Amino acid sequence: MAAVVSKSTDGGWAGFSHAVSNPQAVGALKLTIVASFVVVAINAVTGTLVAWVLVRDEFPGKGIVNSLIDLPFALPTIVAGLTLLALYGPRGPVGADLAFTRASVVLALLFVTLPFVVRTVQPVLLELDRDMEQAAESLGATRFTVFRRIILPSLRPAIFAGSALGFARAVGEFGSLVLLTGNIPFKTQAASVFIFSQVESDNAAGAAAVSVVLLAISLVVLLVIGWLSTRSG
Amino acid sequence: MSINVQAVTKDFGDFTALDNVSLDVRDGSLTALLGPSGGGKSTLLRVIAGLEEPDAGRVLISGEDATAEPARKRGVGFVFQHYAAFKHMTVRDNVAFGLKIRKRSRDEIRAKVDELLDLVHLEGFAKRYPAQLSGGQRQRMALARALAVEPRVLLLDEPFGALDATVRKELRAWLRRLHDEVNVTTIFVTHDQEEAMEVAEQIVVLNHGKIEQVGAPRDLYEMPTNEFVMSFVGPVNRLGDGLVRPHDLVLSRDAGLGGIEAMVSRVVHLGFEVRVELTLSDSSPLSAQITREEADELELHAGDIVYVRSERPRVFSPHQS
Amino acid sequence: MAKYALRVTALSYLGLLIALPVGYVFYKAFEHGFATAREAVTTPVAQHAFWLTVEMVAIAVPLNTIFGVVCALVLVRQSFRGKALLNAAIDLPFAVSPVVIGLALILVYGRKGWFGDWLLDHGIQVIFSVPGMVLATIFVSLPFVVREVMPVLREIGTEQEQAAQTLGASSLQTFFRVTLPAIRWGVAYGVVLTTARALGEFGAVSIVSGKLAGQTETLTLHVENRFQAFDLTGAYAAAVVLGLMAIATLLAINLLKPKEGVR
Repeated sequence: MAAVVSKSTDGGWAGFSHAVSNPQAVGALKLTIVASFVVVAINAVTGTLVAWVLVRDEFPGKGIVNSLIDLPFALPTIVAGLTLLALYGPRGPVGADLAFTRASVVLALLFVTLPFVVRTVQPVLLELDRDMEQAAESLGATRFTVFRRIILPSLRPAIFAGSALGFARAVGEFGSLVLLTGNIPFKTQAASVFIFSQVESDNAAGAAAVSVVLLAISLVVLLVIGWLSTRSG
Repeated sequence: MSINVQAVTKDFGDFTALDNVSLDVRDGSLTALLGPSGGGKSTLLRVIAGLEEPDAGRVLISGEDATAEPARKRGVGFVFQHYAAFKHMTVRDNVAFGLKIRKRSRDEIRAKVDELLDLVHLEGFAKRYPAQLSGGQRQRMALARALAVEPRVLLLDEPFGALDATVRKELRAWLRRLHDEVNVTTIFVTHDQEEAMEVAEQIVVLNHGKIEQVGAPRDLYEMPTNEFVMSFVGPVNRLGDGLVRPHDLVLSRDAGLGGIEAMVSRVVHLGFEVRVELTLSDSSPLSAQITREEADELELHAGDIVYVRSERPRVFSPHQS
Repeated sequence: MAKYALRVTALSYLGLLIALPVGYVFYKAFEHGFATAREAVTTPVAQHAFWLTVEMVAIAVPLNTIFGVVCALVLVRQSFRGKALLNAAIDLPFAVSPVVIGLALILVYGRKGWFGDWLLDHGIQVIFSVPGMVLATIFVSLPFVVREVMPVLREIGTEQEQAAQTLGASSLQTFFRVTLPAIRWGVAYGVVLTTARALGEFGAVSIVSGKLAGQTETLTLHVENRFQAFDLTGAYAAAVVLGLMAIATLLAINLLKPKEGVR
């Protein structure tokens, strides 16, 4: 069944390139790729930060916070989109109206990809040998230097792995974007939403073409991340 | 039940683990398969058990060809180096496993398990889980489990390899006693020659997939058929073409008795024996073992010159080593 | 000092991104009173959506569990040509967007699809009806049991199974008495993840179902439907139901996770 996906380029080569070079398609793809990269970058930092606090810090309610991390994993994406829309959209109490903006795409993707880096980094942090850090400190290094030169390199493979998973997820994300981003072509239409609309308008070939491109891009990025992580690890 | 291995060969890809191996094991005997790692002993054991299929040759159990039979039909009890305990079952359920498979009655199972737990001295541990037992206790449980189904043959794969030295010694003696009591044909694998010598009635020395020698411990020690067996089964010194046991070296201060000149490099007092480490004129080392009395007589110190004779040098013709 | 800064930053991030939005929706759902919310969620359409979701989960999860255990056994214990391909194929649902999965299903089982005509001739409608949605749900939640069981299988090794064999157990007996109990926490965890994913599936079902309210609308689709219809209370209420199910799943996840360590 899975093999079907690779066969879904109907319409021949000409049809394929035409569908893909359609400006709307390009816009959607660009938005998805850029947003996903931005999100991955942010997650690399925040994910590590959250993992750090969860492993190294103690405070009441830590267990609950730990469970909270898995919420984006367990929560249906449409509900995720709805919750973000409720709080940060029009008529939201916070006063910010991020709905229908590019920022909303990033926001939704941040939500759904949160657990990935955290969960890959956490076990590595837990296993980390404190002796190395203490040795470095006794030699005069500041906490920050210790982090940068000793801890971070050990975490890098895990961060990369989590980022790769997050990227794959972000690129394909659909449910949370549907309500929140408003599906405005060229502005806030992510690739997945574009594909959806193509299917709805019975343009299966066009949808398939863009799907293949999306798959190819995510495959390439995953390979690159994999290569980078083996190089540094 | 006797075991006959006939011309068994087993390859793993390019690697030949067993090369045309033939062996006879007498009913009721206690045999050790001894040899260095990778020599083929575990493979041979597993072929006998039916956990591996030979590429050529036959395995007969009590005269019947068992080569095509799967492990569960052969009636073998197998004990693994790392116990292979069923971690999610209690000690009682572990030992009872084989009996439950054979659908024995509850009462029968209960009685048998109690009897076995007594035998292995784990009476109070029936309700515990393997994780709560020490290594030695786990291995005793594994033995009880294997014995529960009254196997025709008991096979043990480096059974004490994962245990501390003290526990190992205890269990060795205990295995010997157990065999005396239960009298089932037993074959165990070890790379520890001391263990083989201490426990087994018959030792099979395997190296590079071939049997080097089969015999009682004493025979192997006194009459090794080649250099490999001799050096594996006990300490040796190389003297010219041959090999000599440390306690077959005689030291004297008198050059007139004909001996090779050597310098004492170290004298180690090991309780009632003394080991004298020597260096020959060509810098090759020798290790001699003499009694305390002999050492006192000679009054040896590091740096002394002595003369070394060998009582029983063993020279093996080239094709044997 | 730095410690507090880190802690505050991390917690605020989590709060703003996750806790607050989710909490807010709960609040909004009950804003007009518990009764109103309950009404919104017990309309015939909503009820149908709920039970449809449950039905799909009830089909997808057992199937994927059995498939997952078998697949894990095959991937870990056996070698055969094409094993790497199978391994990669298992990960496919992770890498592919749900809408693409829906598209693929349409292309295969839809009107102009590969099998579509043949199926329709035989009176079996897959796309725009429940079977297609079940297929979609199965596919997206496929990998979890396999991926959770594989490392467990690897860790326990084959010795226990060999021991069982020497004690006279057949393959089936060995599987049920030794292998399965040994992997049970991996299976349980995988089942929980599968359930969560199946419950929350939106994209693929969205394409495949045709969104016919009262017929092919799952609870997730229902949320969208209510929102587009400006029935915010209805949308929030349904979201709360899903949210509660998600929290139940979370609790199950957290109960099962530490058990892995105890092993």
